[in-house]
Amino acid sequence: MQQAAETILDVKGLRTVFRVRAGEVTAVNGIDLSVAAGETLALVGESGSGKSVTSLSVMRLLTRKIGAIAAGSVHLKRKDGKVRDLVSLSEQEMRSIRGDDIGMIFQEPMSSLNPVYTIGDQISEPIRIHRGADRKSAMDAAISLLDQVGIPDAARRVKQYPHELSGGMRQRATIAMALACDPTLLIADEPTTALDVTIQAQILDLLQKLQRERGMAMLFVTHNLGVVAEIAHRVAVMYAGRIVETGPVVDVFRNPKHPYTMGLLASMPKLGDATRMKQAGEKLAAIPGMVPSLMNMPAGCAFEPRCKFATEDCRKAVPPLFDVSPHHKSRCIHWQEV
Amino acid sequence: MSAPLLEVRDLAKQYTTRGSTLTILQNISFDIGKGEVVGLVGESGSGKTTIGRSVLRLIEPSAGSVRFDGTELTELSASQMRRARPRMQYIFQDPFASLSPRMTIGEILTEGLKIQGTGNSKERLDRARKALEQVDLPADAVNRYAHEFSGGQRQRIGIARALTLQPEFIVADEPVSALDVSIQAQVINLLRDLQQRLGLTMLFISHDLAVVEYICDRVIVLYLGRVMEIAPSAELYADPHHPYTRALLSAIPSPDPDAHRNRQILKGDIPSPANPPSGCVFRTRCPKAISRCAEVVPELRETAPGRFKACIRDDLNGSVS
Repeated sequence: MQQAAETILDVKGLRTVFRVRAGEVTAVNGIDLSVAAGETLALVGESGSGKSVTSLSVMRLLTRKIGAIAAGSVHLKRKDGKVRDLVSLSEQEMRSIRGDDIGMIFQEPMSSLNPVYTIGDQISEPIRIHRGADRKSAMDAAISLLDQVGIPDAARRVKQYPHELSGGMRQRATIAMALACDPTLLIADEPTTALDVTIQAQILDLLQKLQRERGMAMLFVTHNLGVVAEIAHRVAVMYAGRIVETGPVVDVFRNPKHPYTMGLLASMPKLGDATRMKQAGEKLAAIPGMVPSLMNMPAGCAFEPRCKFATEDCRKAVPPLFDVSPHHKSRCIHWQEV
Repeated sequence: MSAPLLEVRDLAKQYTTRGSTLTILQNISFDIGKGEVVGLVGESGSGKTTIGRSVLRLIEPSAGSVRFDGTELTELSASQMRRARPRMQYIFQDPFASLSPRMTIGEILTEGLKIQGTGNSKERLDRARKALEQVDLPADAVNRYAHEFSGGQRQRIGIARALTLQPEFIVADEPVSALDVSIQAQVINLLRDLQQRLGLTMLFISHDLAVVEYICDRVIVLYLGRVMEIAPSAELYADPHHPYTRALLSAIPSPDPDAHRNRQILKGDIPSPANPPSGCVFRTRCPKAISRCAEVVPELRETAPGRFKACIRDDLNGSVS
C-alpha cells in the first residue's frame, strides 16, 4: 500500500536549530520521512526527542526568534497536484497552505480554540478564508463537519463557546476545524494526550475513520507506544533529535532493531503481563540514565551512554540508518546483534 | 489479611457553589491492610485525588470516617493531627510544582522533621542524606536546588521527602504520570523496592492501569466519585466484573502489534457532578444498562470473596467480553 499510493509529504535531511545565548543548538538533525495518501506515520519519542520540532518545522510554525530550518527540504504535494518545497515558501504562501492543504490538531484543545469566538465561527473561518465562502454557507459547512466528527446536535453546538464543551468534544471541534478544507495532510501533535483513556479511544477511532473516508496522509506525533500500535501504519522512533529506527509498526514493535526502541518497549508495564512479572519478582526493564542535553551531545551515537550494547566503535561517529529489511531501518551499528 | 491499617467508611465530599451542591465523592468505603498496596484508578473527575487528600485530611471530608491504626482521624484536633502526620505521608504528581524553587534539597527534606521537632539540625541533615541514598541520589544533593535536577530526579526527591519521617503509610498521587516512559520505569521499580524493603502501606493513585497492575495488590475502580469495583489486582485484570472496568481496560491501547484488538468504545462523556444521572452514575454510557439502572443506586456488594462491585446486573459475570 505504501508503495502504490502517492507520496504527499516528503522530508529530506531536515535540520532545525534553536538560537540560545551560547549560539545555536541543533534540535533535530538529518530527518528523512515520507507519508503517502491514506497512510499514517507516527513520530514517537520522549520529551526533547525532537518529534514536535519536526512537526512544527513541517508546518513552518517555528518563529524566527526561537529557531529555524537550517537545512533540508519539505516537499508537499498540494491539492492541485503541484509539489512544493515548503522550506522555500514565503510566509504568505505558507498561510495559504496551512488550514487548506495541511490540517493541524494539537494536544490541548482548550488552547487551540479561541475562547471568545463560537465553535461555528472558528470552524467556518478556514472555509471563508481559503474558499471565499460567505458566512451562511460556511456556517452550514461547519454544522455538517461537526456532525461528521460525531458531535450530536451540531446546529446548536456551533453557537456555543469552547468552555461549554467537554475536553473530548473540544478535540472533536478542533478536528472539524482541521478538516474544514479537506486537507491532503493532517498533522496531529499528541491529539489524545490530554484526554482520558475512554475519550482517547473515541478520538483515535474517529481519526482512523475520517482518514479512511478521506484518504488523507497523517503525521501523528505521540509519546505513547500503545497509541502508535493502534493508529499508525509506519513508525519513526526519535531519540535526541534523530530518527533511530523506522519501519512498519508491526515489524518495529515485534522485532525492534535499535536498543532504544527495545528499551522503550521493555520499560512499559503491559496490561495483563504485569501480574505475571510481579509474581515472578521481575523488575521493569528501565533504561538507565537520561536523555543527553542538546548542548552537550555525545560525538557518536547519542544513545551510547545508556546502551547495554555499546562498544568503543559507537563513540566514533553518528551511525547511519542501516537497512534491516527494505522498509525497516535502524541507526545502530550493532543492529544485527540487537 | 491482618487488621487493616486504614479503614475508610462512607467517605463523602461535597462543595457548595452559588447555592448548588456538587457531590465529588459519595459512599466511599475500603480498607487497606498493613503492608498492602491498594490502587485507586479512574478517569479525570472520578475523585481519586480527593480521596487521597481527604484520607490524610489535606482537605476536610464532608462526611464519613477514616480510621488509621484504630484512631479516628476525622475527629482529631489540628495539633493532634500534626502529631499523627509523621506516620502518613504524601507523594505528589508534579515534581516541578511540589518542590520549592527557593529551598535547598536539604531544607526541603528536613522541613517535616523540623516541624516535628525531631533531632538537632545535624541529625536531621543525616536523615535527609540517608533518604537521598534510599532513592539512589547522591547525598551531596542536600546543598543543591530543585532546578538542578531532571524530572525523574525531582520525583525521587519527592519520594525522599516522604521517607524522612519514616512513615508507615504513603499516599502516592500519580507519582509517575509526569515522567517519560524510560524514567517512569526507574521510579516504579524504586517505589516497589522501597515498599517491600520498608514494609510500607500504600494508597497508589493512578490513571494508568498497567502501572497499577504492576505495583498494587488490590485495585479500587472509581467513576464519578463512586466506587464501581474492588478486587485483587490479578483477578481484576483477568476477569473484570463491572461493565465500566471492562470498558476501561479495553480502551487502553496496547503496544503489542499481535494483541487481540477487541475494542469496546464507550459512547459519550463523563457526566458532570453538578448533574449526575439518577440511579447508577455509569448507566448513561454503560453498554449493559437496563431500565432499572436508572431507578436504583447500586450498592457496593461482595459478590465473591474479596470481590466487590456496584452493579445490579449479576447475569453478566464471566460471560461477556
